[in-house]
Amino acid sequence: MSEQEYTPKSKAGKWFNDRLPLLTLGAHLTDYPTPKNLNYWWTFGGILTFCLITQIVTGIVLAMHYVAHADLAFASVEHIMRDVNYGWLIRYIHSNGASMFFLAVYIHIFRSLFYGSYKSPREVIWIIGLMIYLLMMAAAFMGYVLPWGQMSFWGATVITNLFSAIPLVGDSITTWLWGAYSVDNPTLNRFFSLHYLIPFLILGLVVLHIWALHVPGNNNPVGIDIKKPSKDTVPFHPYITIKDAFALLVFMIIFAGFVFFTPNVLGHSDNYIPANPLVTPAHIVPEWYLLPFYAILRSVPDKLGGVILMFSAIFILFVLPWLDTSKVRSAVFRPIYRQFFWILVIDVLMLGYVGAMPAEGIYLVLARVGTIYYFLHFIVVMPVVGYLEKTDPIPLSISEPVLSGGAEPSIARKVNDKI
Amino acid sequence: MIKSNLKILVLSFFLIISFKPLQGAEMVEPIKVDWSFKGLTGTFDRASLQRGFQVYKEVCASCHSMQYLSYRNLGEPGGPEFSELEVKAIAASFEIEDGPDSQGEMFTRPGRPSDKFKSPYPNVQAATAANGGAYPPDMSVLVKARKGGANYIYSVLVGYEDPPPGVTLDEGVYYNKYMIGNKIKMPNNLSDGLVEYADGTVSTVNQMAKDVTTFLAWAAEPELEERHRTGVKVIIYLILLTILVYLSMKRIWSRIDTEE
Repeated sequence: MSEQEYTPKSKAGKWFNDRLPLLTLGAHLTDYPTPKNLNYWWTFGGILTFCLITQIVTGIVLAMHYVAHADLAFASVEHIMRDVNYGWLIRYIHSNGASMFFLAVYIHIFRSLFYGSYKSPREVIWIIGLMIYLLMMAAAFMGYVLPWGQMSFWGATVITNLFSAIPLVGDSITTWLWGAYSVDNPTLNRFFSLHYLIPFLILGLVVLHIWALHVPGNNNPVGIDIKKPSKDTVPFHPYITIKDAFALLVFMIIFAGFVFFTPNVLGHSDNYIPANPLVTPAHIVPEWYLLPFYAILRSVPDKLGGVILMFSAIFILFVLPWLDTSKVRSAVFRPIYRQFFWILVIDVLMLGYVGAMPAEGIYLVLARVGTIYYFLHFIVVMPVVGYLEKTDPIPLSISEPVLSGGAEPSIARKVNDKI
Repeated sequence: MIKSNLKILVLSFFLIISFKPLQGAEMVEPIKVDWSFKGLTGTFDRASLQRGFQVYKEVCASCHSMQYLSYRNLGEPGGPEFSELEVKAIAASFEIEDGPDSQGEMFTRPGRPSDKFKSPYPNVQAATAANGGAYPPDMSVLVKARKGGANYIYSVLVGYEDPPPGVTLDEGVYYNKYMIGNKIKMPNNLSDGLVEYADGTVSTVNQMAKDVTTFLAWAAEPELEERHRTGVKVIIYLILLTILVYLSMKRIWSRIDTEE
């Protein structure tokens, strides 16, 4: 690797770098050979880093003004909205930022599913990514509790009550989580503490995620191993940085659209009603990004069964690299799997939709069908299709079809057309 | 092509989920009002806000609190924009409890612009007891706390009707076309000519409902005008920057593309 030969030009730089090779790290990140055919679905890693930093920075400022107390939390949020300079802007960036974060992470995860980025040798990157996703859900859930509105309170009640389904010790665990005999001030306090902690855990995992990525290098739309560095790669800077910057700016325009023009559309109006333990809202719904799992939870008539199935829906993803038996990474060359991939996308969207509906009638039927298909996809479709499918011919290198010349359209273009 | 079919499927799915569910069968969609504060550059109608405050003060405030607002807010940009003197006079017209003083006694004094809006009842329990068991909700963020927002609030204010045959109402319960479940414990407090507007506007029920809803919309989102203004600037800036970065990207990548 080229960075091993890196020596700083200045004497001071060399002195420092011999003691802590930060400049070597910087040179590695700049030169990092990246496949040149990455499409825009690969820009979401950078976008997600931006989302995390945005949430941390706005969150730290909000924490300077927020009061984690059952009697004062709601009022302190209104204080932020009305009396803190640009408090409304900081809070709306933070609350909409959570939604944008999840939007980006779902695209990032489905990109990985489509191009087989979770497959050998990138299993560890995938697993760390899933741990980040789990922590994100925990952070988002606890963050939603902090304003102490009706949905905060009742969402917290529903989710924490799930643990009471555990046989024998369930009730004790729930009481322990609450720090009281119901969701109350101690619950709010600990949720605030954890909500402040988790983003920094995520940050640590992000470092590991990127570190693990830099060992094998990026997957790419063609899904083949490439020599690094070679004609198939470009240095990370400036080629990938400028492309990531462009995609990030487009993302920021959408983000700003939500923040400035419809800041509450992704939230629930009931959360502007202060928490009231005596009045249950007509429909308790989580934030949109948790709806598919909520649908799975409610599709099972048994509470414990629902909880187990919901957690399984996430944990099954951890063994995905070993459930997928295909030797080919990218779905571009997998005509059968590609169709199942899109069915899965639709299935998850449908689960999200029915998660927002009352659990009755046609919605319950759809939730059950969707849940069954979700698990079938991973347990049956992925191993079987990977084994039986006749894949399309795979190019030997990214530039190969181009170098062979002629009328053949470039693979990179073909890849872009597929999505 | 399979992929285009799938695209249609995915798109139609987004179309389905963009429709909001209808909750109750009896619920009537709120009246759609063409508010001046709608849209990307919407602003509040200053005169309407001032009239709306008058309706709030003379009608609503006898039961509903607005505890997150201060009198000074009435003079701030983007709101009713009463003059400094007017704000002082409005605040001074309320007797505010303060203290304890150096003797440990609570005392009352005329309100100051920095005071929060005075609540009609000392606590939620007192408000509930005085209103037949139904707490008149605090109106500071009411517009954001109701599905349908300003349209819904306006509709409820003008939606009182005689109950349809077959519907019997308990004492102190009223029939309202737009209220969820159609039953409301707030009586119809608006009647034509109830308020005498200082600017000479005729105070019909619809006019008063519109003015007070505008006032409540501002109270819930006092930052709305600044938010809209800043948003337009931010998005124009981002679009220009995006174009510049796009052109830079094309130029940088042309080194690679020409190699091929």
